[in-house]
Amino acid sequence: MTLEQEPSYIEKLLTGIPGFDHISNGGLPKGRTTLISGTAGSAKTVFAAQFLASGIVHSNEAGVFITFEESPADLRRNMRGFGWDIERWEKESKWVFVDASPQFNNDEAIVIGEYDLGALLARVEHAIKSVNAKRVSMDSLGAVLTRLTDTVTVRNELFRIVSALKRMGVTAVLTGERTQEYGEIARYGVEEFVADDVVILRNLLEEEKRRRTVEILKFRGTSHQKGSFPFTVIPRQGIVVIPLSAIELEQRSSNVRISSGSTELDRMCGGGFFRDSIVLVSGATGTGKTLMSTTFMASGALRNERSLLFAFEESRDQLFRNAIGWGIDFEQMEREGKLRVVCKYPEVASLEDQLISMKDEIDEFQPQRVAIDSLSALERVSTIKGFREFVIGITSFIKHQEVAGLYTSTTPTLLGGSSITEGHISTITDSIILLRYVELYGEMRRGLTVLKMRGSAHDKDIREFSIDGSGMHIGKPFRNISGILSGQFMQVFPSEIERISDLFREDDDKSVSG
Amino acid sequence: MSKISLRLFIAGRTSRSERAIANLRRICEQELEDYQCELVVIDVLADPQQAEIEKILATPTLIKDEPLPRRRVIGDLSNIADVLTALNLPPYIEGDLVR
Repeated sequence: MTLEQEPSYIEKLLTGIPGFDHISNGGLPKGRTTLISGTAGSAKTVFAAQFLASGIVHSNEAGVFITFEESPADLRRNMRGFGWDIERWEKESKWVFVDASPQFNNDEAIVIGEYDLGALLARVEHAIKSVNAKRVSMDSLGAVLTRLTDTVTVRNELFRIVSALKRMGVTAVLTGERTQEYGEIARYGVEEFVADDVVILRNLLEEEKRRRTVEILKFRGTSHQKGSFPFTVIPRQGIVVIPLSAIELEQRSSNVRISSGSTELDRMCGGGFFRDSIVLVSGATGTGKTLMSTTFMASGALRNERSLLFAFEESRDQLFRNAIGWGIDFEQMEREGKLRVVCKYPEVASLEDQLISMKDEIDEFQPQRVAIDSLSALERVSTIKGFREFVIGITSFIKHQEVAGLYTSTTPTLLGGSSITEGHISTITDSIILLRYVELYGEMRRGLTVLKMRGSAHDKDIREFSIDGSGMHIGKPFRNISGILSGQFMQVFPSEIERISDLFREDDDKSVSG
Repeated sequence: MSKISLRLFIAGRTSRSERAIANLRRICEQELEDYQCELVVIDVLADPQQAEIEKILATPTLIKDEPLPRRRVIGDLSNIADVLTALNLPPYIEGDLVR
């Protein structure tokens, strides 16, 4: 092949694997072979099969699957759970197997003298021509190399197959085994030289929790996103990559205000929440976070908006009963199609799966308001890194939909304190509302303050609020107590307050509120 | 007298496949001269379907169909003694103990 024949830029083929086309800046390099390397159980075979399946589904491109490991019968059965009807595709001449898996009926062939993989190549070429295939998957290289131990021959032959594929203009993936998550790219040290492009799938064990990540190690001569990205393997969909880099700070932000459900709180926020903003409500257990999300939902329903509530702490019945207690009829709201309540135990799925299913719910229901109660409940099922990625993922998604989001977060201590959740998300949220217990003359009261309100002036007082049968009521600021946020309460006498006010009066006049 | 039936799969007329054919001819003519030897050479480039049916990966591949059990040997068959051992040939025939 001469240099002139090479296109001046490298074209890419959209794989159709959700999220992967984003992190690969448009798919796999067209007409080349990409090595998919990973340890046992890192979803290599799923990737290989999905590459063909989505080619058939999304771009009507036929594919050839060369299997060295599992038999076609096993693959047909194993891939059915992802919704891929391989048998039907085979009948429709969209999918062809080249079965190079170990056969039971003949004992392992004995090697005497030199050989090549000419027969395999001939079968592959034949299969590609027979259905005019555009995609080829080979799974897996390690299985060939354990059966044919002559590494030099196998490498040369793989070169021959890969260049034949290139000549035929097909885009291929080749899976290879790794023995460890970090270290050599592939077990035999030959695989990476066969392919121009290397993608690594990892199945990490972090703090006793499994986390899958995908990393594009190299794309010769073309760009891709750097670093590793979480992905998940889910029934009926297969691999879904969560492209954190897809988060673009280009959401439109409007000046339209929406009501929080409480006139007093709206006033404290300078006229309500912004329509496409994320509000974090943080407080200890029992300070009224669920109430906040409930009234937020109810206020949407009043204005004929749809609201979606993800509840991770309380059951449906509990939530509905609580709402009734505050004079809000969730059941009726649901009947009218203005509300959907999704209750889940955080433990039932990994955060990556949770994220995908939440996105699906939002896509389907198209709400104007989304509440998550509580975000911190999800913290315990994941690693810190996984949790942060989840929060960034869901936040960017919600912001992209231009809906208002309200997250609640439970602080670990009853008085004062902050949670890991806040540490991770305080910068991505637009507003933060703190709910705190205040001990006053031997009595527990509740305090509320708006800590941050991006793009707007807000009330800086810490106000008392109470909860009764008609919801929440925000009252007067606490004037004679300090240290509420830290939980170290100090009684302050009126004369002292006056003295301190005098001290800062001059500054106050000069400063601009905001 | 039992029949020996062999199939040799090659990929094009390469020097390696020529070598395999020559080696196999010599085996049939010299080592198995007392037997009825049937040898079929299949070029997978011309007939990939045959390779598909037998799930052949490497070439040359020799398959002994008869007498049973079936056996497979990969390579250019450069060592004739090894090939005979691997294929379990010549076949053991009752009453023919001295050879």
